Amino acid sequence: MSRRSLSGRNAVRFFSSNSVPIMFILIIAVCVPIVGFSPAFLLNEIVTRFSRNAFLILSLLIPIMAGMGLNFGMTLGAMAAEIALIFTSDWQIWGIPGVVLAMIISIPISTVLGLLCGKILNAARGREMITSYIISFFMNGVYQLVVLYMMGSIIPIVHNNIKLPRGYGIRSSVDLTRIRKCLDNVLAVNIGGVRIPLLTVAIIVLMCLVIVWFRRTKLGQDMRAVGQDMEVARAAGINVERTRLISIVISTVLAGIGMVIYLQNMGDMATYSSHSQIGMFCIAALLVGGASVDRASIGNVFLGVILFHTMFILAPAAGAKITGNEVIGEYFRVFVSYGVITIALIMYETKKRREKAGMGELLAAAQREEEKKHA
Amino acid sequence: MSNQAPLLEMKNIRKNFFGNQVLEDINLTMQKGEVLGLVGENGAGKSTLMKILFGMNEIQETGGYEGEILLNGEKVTFNSPFDALAHGIGMVHQEFSLIPGFTATENILLNREPQKKSVMSEIFGDRLNLINRKNMETQAQTAIDKMGMHIDRHMIINGMPVGHKQFTEIARELSKEQLQLLILDEPTAVLTEQEAQALLASIRIMSEHGIAVIFITHRLQEILDVCDTVVVMRDGVLVQNVPAAKTSIPEITRWMVGRNVSTSQSDGRPVPETETVMKIEHLWVDMPGETVRDVCLDVRQGEILGIGGLAGQGKLGIPNGIMGLYASGGSVTFEGESVPLNQPRNCLDRQLAFVSEDRRGVGLLLDESLEWNIAFPAMQIHDKFLKPMLGGLIKWRDEKAIEQVTQKYIDELQIRCTSPNQKAKELSGGNQQKVCLAKAFALEPKFLFVSEPTRGIDVGAKALVLKALQKFNRESGVTIVMISSELEELRQICDRIAIVSGGRIAGILPATEDSERFGELMISQVI
Amino acid sequence: MSGKTRTELTAGGNLRDTLREFGLPRLIIAAFLLLMFIIAPFTGVNFWAQITNVINRFSWNAVLVLAMVPMVHSGCGLNFGLPVGIIAGLLGATLSIEFGFTGFASFVMAILIATPFALAFGMAYGWLLNKIKGGEMMIATYVGFSVVSFFCMMWLVLPYKKPDMAWGFEGTGLRTTFPVDKYYGGVLSNFLKIEIGKLVIPTGALLFFAFLAFLMWAFLHTKTGTAMTAVGSNPTFARAAGIHVDRIRMLSVVMSTWLAAIGILVYEQGFGFVQLYNAPFNMALPAVSAILIGGATANKASITNVVIGTILFQGIVTMTPTVMNGLINLDISEVLRMVVSNGMILYALTRKSEVSR
Repeated sequence: MSRRSLSGRNAVRFFSSNSVPIMFILIIAVCVPIVGFSPAFLLNEIVTRFSRNAFLILSLLIPIMAGMGLNFGMTLGAMAAEIALIFTSDWQIWGIPGVVLAMIISIPISTVLGLLCGKILNAARGREMITSYIISFFMNGVYQLVVLYMMGSIIPIVHNNIKLPRGYGIRSSVDLTRIRKCLDNVLAVNIGGVRIPLLTVAIIVLMCLVIVWFRRTKLGQDMRAVGQDMEVARAAGINVERTRLISIVISTVLAGIGMVIYLQNMGDMATYSSHSQIGMFCIAALLVGGASVDRASIGNVFLGVILFHTMFILAPAAGAKITGNEVIGEYFRVFVSYGVITIALIMYETKKRREKAGMGELLAAAQREEEKKHA
Repeated sequence: MSNQAPLLEMKNIRKNFFGNQVLEDINLTMQKGEVLGLVGENGAGKSTLMKILFGMNEIQETGGYEGEILLNGEKVTFNSPFDALAHGIGMVHQEFSLIPGFTATENILLNREPQKKSVMSEIFGDRLNLINRKNMETQAQTAIDKMGMHIDRHMIINGMPVGHKQFTEIARELSKEQLQLLILDEPTAVLTEQEAQALLASIRIMSEHGIAVIFITHRLQEILDVCDTVVVMRDGVLVQNVPAAKTSIPEITRWMVGRNVSTSQSDGRPVPETETVMKIEHLWVDMPGETVRDVCLDVRQGEILGIGGLAGQGKLGIPNGIMGLYASGGSVTFEGESVPLNQPRNCLDRQLAFVSEDRRGVGLLLDESLEWNIAFPAMQIHDKFLKPMLGGLIKWRDEKAIEQVTQKYIDELQIRCTSPNQKAKELSGGNQQKVCLAKAFALEPKFLFVSEPTRGIDVGAKALVLKALQKFNRESGVTIVMISSELEELRQICDRIAIVSGGRIAGILPATEDSERFGELMISQVI
Repeated sequence: MSGKTRTELTAGGNLRDTLREFGLPRLIIAAFLLLMFIIAPFTGVNFWAQITNVINRFSWNAVLVLAMVPMVHSGCGLNFGLPVGIIAGLLGATLSIEFGFTGFASFVMAILIATPFALAFGMAYGWLLNKIKGGEMMIATYVGFSVVSFFCMMWLVLPYKKPDMAWGFEGTGLRTTFPVDKYYGGVLSNFLKIEIGKLVIPTGALLFFAFLAFLMWAFLHTKTGTAMTAVGSNPTFARAAGIHVDRIRMLSVVMSTWLAAIGILVYEQGFGFVQLYNAPFNMALPAVSAILIGGATANKASITNVVIGTILFQGIVTMTPTVMNGLINLDISEVLRMVVSNGMILYALTRKSEVSR
């Protein structure tokens, strides 16, 4: 009897702590029959989007570990990758060498941006998320200043086909056809009509292993300590500011590399908008996978990227089927992304408050008990 | 053995905080493996002495100390706790310093984890060393064994009972191989009876291992049970240093509270024998660190009742609970009517007022002017300083009336400020306290709680504040309940003094009673 | 604190304190704007036309900036959730047009219809913010976004019929942008309009703002307004003084939301168009940074801050592009707007004293 009620309570806890993924599974379960995509098509799409996005989402894990919340500043890494790709395109280095070179060029740029972002976040302790969110907007302005006005005028850009007709500034779209899927096509295998880009998947798996390894290093341990209680960590002699700074730099650099992988898959780069929504979609995907502001695992990344992007594929078609209007599905997926982030943030804050109140309740209960004893 | 230099020698330690002498010529010697019990009232200087010994930053920030500390015969100066740790001094503070989501092992070896080199760390530096989990577990277990207590080293701190958290902290100190001296600051305050006994046993084991322990507690029996020496401090002076075997609880109590000079008593009026104005029955208050349990207390019309007791025993919880700032239960009757608890507004409507001990957190609008601070509660509760407009539909702030009342209290309480418009945060502590009093006076209450009115303010302001309270009581006939850690100050202006110990009223005595009697009550039910 | 005491204080304090209180970024922005005004005539840009432009933009935006004030006073922080109120305003606007009101009546009706929506949204939004004290700013941002994206779907689905607003063919779904000149376009701006050569002053719109600003100022001088300021300054103090903190915060959120609804209507009557769908996404940050530029902090804001901030912010974004264009034939207005507005918010966020709650 008591065991059953216990397992019942466990089930309730399981559902309430995994409400977001479960909700998504339900949405998908409803949408799949409505849309009627063939399984092969759906799987193909999911695999493509998984290989495109997973690395980017992995870049979010480390700041969460260090207690800095969802790193909206990952956009900075994406900007670094775009600048790197503009250069490699201009130098006309294509194929795998182009991709590798772009990754290499993005690293110093990401590092500098990450250091800047980390410094600012250290000054805005306790408000990291809103600050990193505003930083991404701020740096977007700076990025436009560089790419739209300085490239071609101050920063040498040789080829006219990526420049705006006026002679400076980069066109709103940069053609990456010649590096398109160059990573994805290496070692790609076809299983039952589903094309699996083994190299990209291998890179993602390798990254996961690196993260697992990183958690077991001294630095990883320090980050977890800093993430849970900065003051205790400081009292134990851990350099809190530096540890936080490093976590943001790592995240930005990984986001940069992830963005190169993302863009080589797309084969086309929207110079002024590719990065602007990437942060939001990555964060939403991670949260859909069951992560929260203070806790996220590799499992959350994988589950999240699959669920979120399945919804992404299905929503417009489902919207079109139901209302006869395809646009509504696009709005729906944006709404869901924002909604998921909102819910995750609310759950995080209420949990924080409940923990505080819980302590008081415990004390009061103990007292009541004692009073009963005395009475 | 005897010709060896003692482990610790503190010579002529003096310390003053902004002209306030808090330690005077402290001399202390400890041998290897000695257990020393340090007792004294709050504010006697125990914690300051320990902070000096542990190299806490706030000592340097407030101008350092005089005198010298010798460790194994060598003079040492600690600029930070890390220096002290390097010399083998460990301290377990009253507040836990643990990472909530880590296991006991991870906390015991926090930032001192055993590490393995790897290729990556050769390239990128030591922080990429892998942590050697296996070694970590053995080291943690060794420390736990050394303590002689059993705790599960795999357990997450969050899920631990309070006592185990305390033991984890102790194990962390013990895991430091260089540890020679361990300072335990009221370690038994959070423990159950059994756990406390276990801790005492483990202190003995540590002592056998040659680790000296300084044990600070209010539970005198524990001192007698476990210590070799008892050191009693009072008002920044070391008054006694005797072997524990040669003393007793009553004697220690006498040393703790006994004053050499008898301070001036209140104006010598007899204790009022008026009827009860407030009746408190079975009150409990959930104020963290100041829990109140089952308090029953009658306050008489027109008296000044003092509530004293050691810190953390619950005296502060009483007014905070009744005034609705912390969750509370029980029953409170004022002038024959029951006062609903947990509703600040209701108390204020009945003309009860409260001057909080937390001046900056609760007492003041730091960023606002004196005018606002003084007039605000009266404006909100009694609609004072408001001009009705449009037939009372709009209640407009009456700046002139506010300025007048502020000026009145500035003159009356001699608040030193540039103008009534000055911001509260720019005033000194003493003047801020006067603003808090003015705020309560402006409410024209029938009944006033004043909590620690002289904490952290200078002598001159202290006298002024006490005088103002007494005057308010005598001239307006307001009943005052004053809560203070300083017994002498209570004896100066109160008619009766209730002593709180262990969250309960241990007894009520006329203020003229001997201080020893109060001292006995203070430690009677200490938790 | 009332505007009066603040000015008295700064006037009394010495120059250095005044400068410190004013803040370096504000100083730079003010100096930059001044420079723009000085350079303007040399670049062939008509000075008075520019002034007119700035005044116009001020009259469109000032109410939206004013909407920041109540929540700042009650300690709810900067209202990044401004779009919640804007959506209420848009509902009022579209319904008023749908019901066939025209001219001044359509403006009044838009306000009347928007009001219940603003109250309901504000109450829900305020209830939520009371649940998550301490995390207001981030959650407000995303609540705003969620509401906007939800209404992106609603604009498509709701059965609006008026051909001026709805897509012609299917008859369902509203357009992204449509003009309001047949309805309430310019109803405030053209009221008592003053034209002196190239200088045009939209008197009606300015008076309307002045009226709302006066109401706000007056409210802050009442008993409840005083309580609101105290709650923002120290909520524990307020609670100890018998104030229902949550109720006051709720009131401030409702006020802020309602002002945002009115603000977007004022903006539309000046701008001449209603913008639906994604447009409200971009309304919050300029308003937030304008009030910060005006000298507000996260729990102190006065009407003066609103006026100065809106003039400086709108001055920068209207003057710079024209002047820069005249000088070097380069339009960097968008970039400048992003850097200035977000830079200002970042500056405020990284200062402990400015955003403490």
